[in-house]
Order: sequence, then structure tokens, then C-alpha cells
Amino acid sequence: MLKEIRIHGRGGQGSVTAAEVLAHAAFIEGKWVQAFPYFGAERRGAPVKAFARISSEPLLVHSQVYSPDYVIVLDPYIYKVVDVTEGLKKDGIIVINSKKKPEEIGLKSWRVATIDATGIALELNLLVAGLPVVNTSILGAFAKATDEVKLASVLKAVKETWSGGAGEKNSRATELAYERLKRWWNGET
Amino acid sequence: MTQTIIDTANHLAGYAAKAARVKVIAAYPITPQTTVVEKIADFVETGKMDAEYIRVESEHSAMVACISAAAAGVRTFTATSAHGLALMHEALHWASGSRLPIVMAVVNRAMGAPWSIWPDLSDSLSQRDTGWIQFYCADNQEVFDTIIQAYKLCEDERVFLPAMVCLEGFILSHTYAPAKIPDQGAIDSFLPEYRSGWVLDVNHPYSHANLVAPEWYMEFRYMIQEAMENAKRLIPEIDREYGKLSGFEYGGLIEKYKCEDADLIVFTMGTMGSDAKLAVDKLRKEGLKVGSARVRVYRPFPVEEVKKLVEHAKMLTTIDRHISFGMEGFLASEIKASLFNQKDRPLIAGFIAGLGGRDVTSETIEKIVKKSQKCMHIGRVEKETEWIDLRE
Amino acid sequence: MTSPLKTRKEMPITPLSCPTVGSMGKTGFWRIFRPEINYSKCTRCALCWVYCPDAAITRQEDDSPKIDYDYCKGCGICANECPTKAITMQREEE
Repeated sequence: MLKEIRIHGRGGQGSVTAAEVLAHAAFIEGKWVQAFPYFGAERRGAPVKAFARISSEPLLVHSQVYSPDYVIVLDPYIYKVVDVTEGLKKDGIIVINSKKKPEEIGLKSWRVATIDATGIALELNLLVAGLPVVNTSILGAFAKATDEVKLASVLKAVKETWSGGAGEKNSRATELAYERLKRWWNGET
Repeated sequence: MTQTIIDTANHLAGYAAKAARVKVIAAYPITPQTTVVEKIADFVETGKMDAEYIRVESEHSAMVACISAAAAGVRTFTATSAHGLALMHEALHWASGSRLPIVMAVVNRAMGAPWSIWPDLSDSLSQRDTGWIQFYCADNQEVFDTIIQAYKLCEDERVFLPAMVCLEGFILSHTYAPAKIPDQGAIDSFLPEYRSGWVLDVNHPYSHANLVAPEWYMEFRYMIQEAMENAKRLIPEIDREYGKLSGFEYGGLIEKYKCEDADLIVFTMGTMGSDAKLAVDKLRKEGLKVGSARVRVYRPFPVEEVKKLVEHAKMLTTIDRHISFGMEGFLASEIKASLFNQKDRPLIAGFIAGLGGRDVTSETIEKIVKKSQKCMHIGRVEKETEWIDLRE
Repeated sequence: MTSPLKTRKEMPITPLSCPTVGSMGKTGFWRIFRPEINYSKCTRCALCWVYCPDAAITRQEDDSPKIDYDYCKGCGICANECPTKAITMQREEE
């Protein structure tokens, strides 16, 4: 089994950290993992990509991800400027940070899930340098939408990445996103 | 206790320097090496590592500071990439000529102009003549293990040479993956106290590397060549010995995969050697008897191993992530040179791929092997070197 | 950010770059929060124009600042520097 995930975000939003925490969660469940950024110079605000691989066998592959099984989009404006569905497998799942309902997103050929991760961050006052922290919420949403990792593993990975109060807030964000996820699978919610 | 951590190869290089109980690090930052030395700086600042971190103003100074520290009798480490390595060039010669066992992580990055931060092997391969031992790693675990093995090798009295442990920028340096770190006690017994062939001592003062007349210079150079030959013998022994304590072994000089009955062997270096295994498995399912040989140690070049490995092969394919302008890829040249005087030798087709970080997938490698297969069928190589996936 | 060049024959012998307006595209799309100016509080001190790192604020004839939302990345420096707090950061609507 090999699952490849592509994460779209902005420089500074924590896309790479999201990939690493996701990989960590899968590792806790005994999988082989990789997490890496789209290799390049990045700046705050620019659209960036990060990737993760989850495998039941040791990973020999080192090349880039071209046909992800899942796509995570860390903010709702990115899919207006970037083709987030590029290479996404036909039965792939997209998880987007958005206030909209998934059927309103307009990506009709795939299974779409939405979560207002920005809203959760503002609600919990989870901000870093004034920007809402959305990556931990979106991983909770990912766990619910794909069943690829268990919520408990994601929470454990979050708590191992951030300690103390930050760990508590971030894991609360993950839980809230897991509860509030909205899905739209081929015309059904 | 063996510890499993998930981290980038750069951070693992930092962990290795810490596990090797390095005492002096002198380094200058350059993408994509920076997180190696940031990790070490963090260890030193938080007291987790008992070492002196010297913030120098350039890579040339970094290497010269390492030479001085090693000469003063301590285990030293540094790291760099591309233009930083090039800036150190004259000091690299000095380090090997002084026979100092410095270990350096080279995070491979393409040379400019044009400016690139992405990986290829031009930087370290351009330094192949400087008398440094060169290792090329294919995954994060190997980066950690090879740094420890390198100190053991370099500080052996039959060697006393510096070594580069090379890892591709971004592909390994910034990729987060699991790795096992052996127990510190086991590493301490594998890697005893620092040793070098000579030490600067104020109680017994002398200067080193003085002017040498033509009557003597050649013999000093011959001794370096002898040390390289000794390294060739010691590397597989050290790999096996380290394998016993860590559980990881890399095949010594060349990591071979399904080569025993192979008609066609594809030679690579670095991470391509890992994707090559996927290509081999796929091609074998299609009936082609192909094997992969990842050249793990480029200096000293494993001439005898190559000769032995290709005894029954009909065709060799080399994939170079590098070009020597005006000639061909270094891996191709040196394999050809190793085999030239053999009575029966296979055909060799050279390919250039992945320059400046252009992605090389296992599908690319399959495509390359299929091109070589054609040469095998017609019994000759029409193009000595072919560039793969080039824009028309 | 893709190049209009497609083939090797079209490429120069070494990359040669010329300055151009908005070479990264309409970076306004990068915003999560958007600065809004309350002109009744604005004293036309022009500090926001001075501090904007992207030159996305222009100074009008009457010295009032005008934000070019095509390029403003929403970094919030203008709001931070404004001495009368005439600029506030609002969440962008989807």
C-alpha cells in the first residue's frame, strides 16, 4: 500500500509542518513515511507545496509526487490561482480550508471535504505572528475525510511536536476540525 | 538503547556529529546545507554537545579552521554545498596533503551560473582529485551511519585522510523520514578516542607541510595513494562491523541489487540508486535480467569490485547526475577506465540525467535501461553519452 | 510563473532577466487579511506608503494613500505603522 498526499499552502502557513505531522501520525501506526517540501526558495505568502508518502513497505522512491491520492488545501484562495487537482487520482479526496460547503467549491469530479480551519483558529485564538494556525485543524479534517490515519495518532503526533499550552490548543483545533468536517462524496453529503 | 527518530537527513548529519563526539565545528551557511549546522549550533548552545562552534566568515575559512583544529588534536566536522565547497578548493588539497582525518557533509547542489539551489553531483565530483575520500548516500539512515563509519575509517593509521559524506540537496537534506540512532555506548565502543598521525604540541614544537623539494614530494603523494588503496580494503570491513551494532549495512564500496545473474547492470550514485531498485523489480517482471549497482564510494574508485561485478554482464548502463564538459559523466569514464584492459568486457552506454535537480523517477530509469537494451541487441553502442529528458 | 519559452532553441546562452511590473503575478491573491483605510481618521502622513514593502500603496495628489489590491499581500505592516490606527486588517471574504 502506498498513499501519496500533496499539501497546498502559503509560505509561512505550515504546509511542511503539516506534512511532517501527518507522516509522524502514520509512523505511529507502524507505516513507512516521507515528508518533504516542494524543493525551492519560498517566501511568506507565496503558494507552496509539500508532500507526504505513507507506505506499508519500506520506501525506496525518492522522486517527486505526481499522482497524489489526497490533496490538502490550506486556504480557500489557493485553488483560484493554482490547479490543486493536477495529477489527483480519479477517486481522490480533496480537503480544503474553507467556510463554503463542499458542493459550492466547484471541483465536481472528485470527492471534496471542507472545514473552516481559519474559523477554528480564530475561535481558539490560535495565532502565530498574527496569522491563524490552520495546519493542525486540517490534519484532523484529513483523518476524518480519508480514514488514512486515526484521530488518536494525529493527536499524539501533534502533542509530540508542540508541548505544553501550544500542544493543548493545537490538539483541540485538530479535534474540532474532525467533528465539524463537511463532506460531499459524488453528490452525497 | 537504539532510538528511532523522524527527521531530515541534514538534522541526522547533526545527530551523527554529536554521536561521534566531534569537538570543533567551523562552518558557514549555504542552502541546502544550513540546517545541518543549525542543528549542531542548537546542540552546542543547549549543552547537549560538548563542542566549540566557530562562526567563520566564509567556507574557505571554515576548512582552514578545521585543518587547524584537527592539527591541534581534536575531532572536527563541517558541512557545505556547491559554491561553498568550490570556495574551499585550495584548502581541500591542504587538508588531504596534511593527512588530517576531517569529515565533511556535502549537501550536493548544482553549480552556477545559472544559479541553482537544486541537487546534482557536480559540486563534490568536481573535487574528486583533491585526495578526499568520497561517500554518496541514498537515504537518511545511510547519512547518519556513514558519518560515523567515516570517522572510524579516516582515523585509522593506515588511512589518515579526510572524507566527504555526500547527500543530495532537498531529496535527502530536507526530506523527513524515520531513522534509527544506535545507543551512544555502542557508538563510543565503535569509535574510540580521536587519533591522528601527528599533533601540534607547544611542548614539542614543529611546523607542518613545509616546502618539499622534487627529491621528496612524489613519495608524499604516493603515500596518499597507498592510503586510498588501504581505505578501499577497510571500507567493507568497517561497514560490516558497524552493521553488527546498528543493523544497517550498505555493501561496502558498491551496493549491489540483483546483479548475480544480470545481463544488464545499471550504475548510479546517490538516491537514484534507490529508485533504480524499483526500476529493476519492474523490468524483471517484464523478463529482463537487469541489476542495479549503486557506487557508494567514488574515491577511492572501486576498480576491482567493478571488474568482478561485471564478469558475466553483457551491457552496462551508467547514469551520471553530472557532466564533465568536453567529455562525459565521471562515472561512465571511470567504469570504462576500470575495464579497458580486461580481455572480455561488456558494452557501456552512458546517460546524463537529473542535472540542476531535474527529477529522475524509476520510470526514467526504466526508459534508460530499455534504450541500453537496444544496444545490447545490436551489439554496439552508437551514442557514447545521451542526455535524458532534454528539451528539443 | 511559467515561461513563455518552450524550446531549447529559443533560450539565450545564459539567463538574462529584466525588471518588470508584477513578475510574480497578481500577488493580491496571496492575502488572507486585507487592509482597509478609514479616510476620516487618515492624516495623510504617508507613513503607510513609506513602509509598504511591496510598493502596493501609492500616494495620491492630495497625499491620501491608495492601496493597490492587485498586489497587496496583506502583510499588515501599514496597519501596524499607522499612527492614528486608520488602517484595520479584515478577513478576506471567499
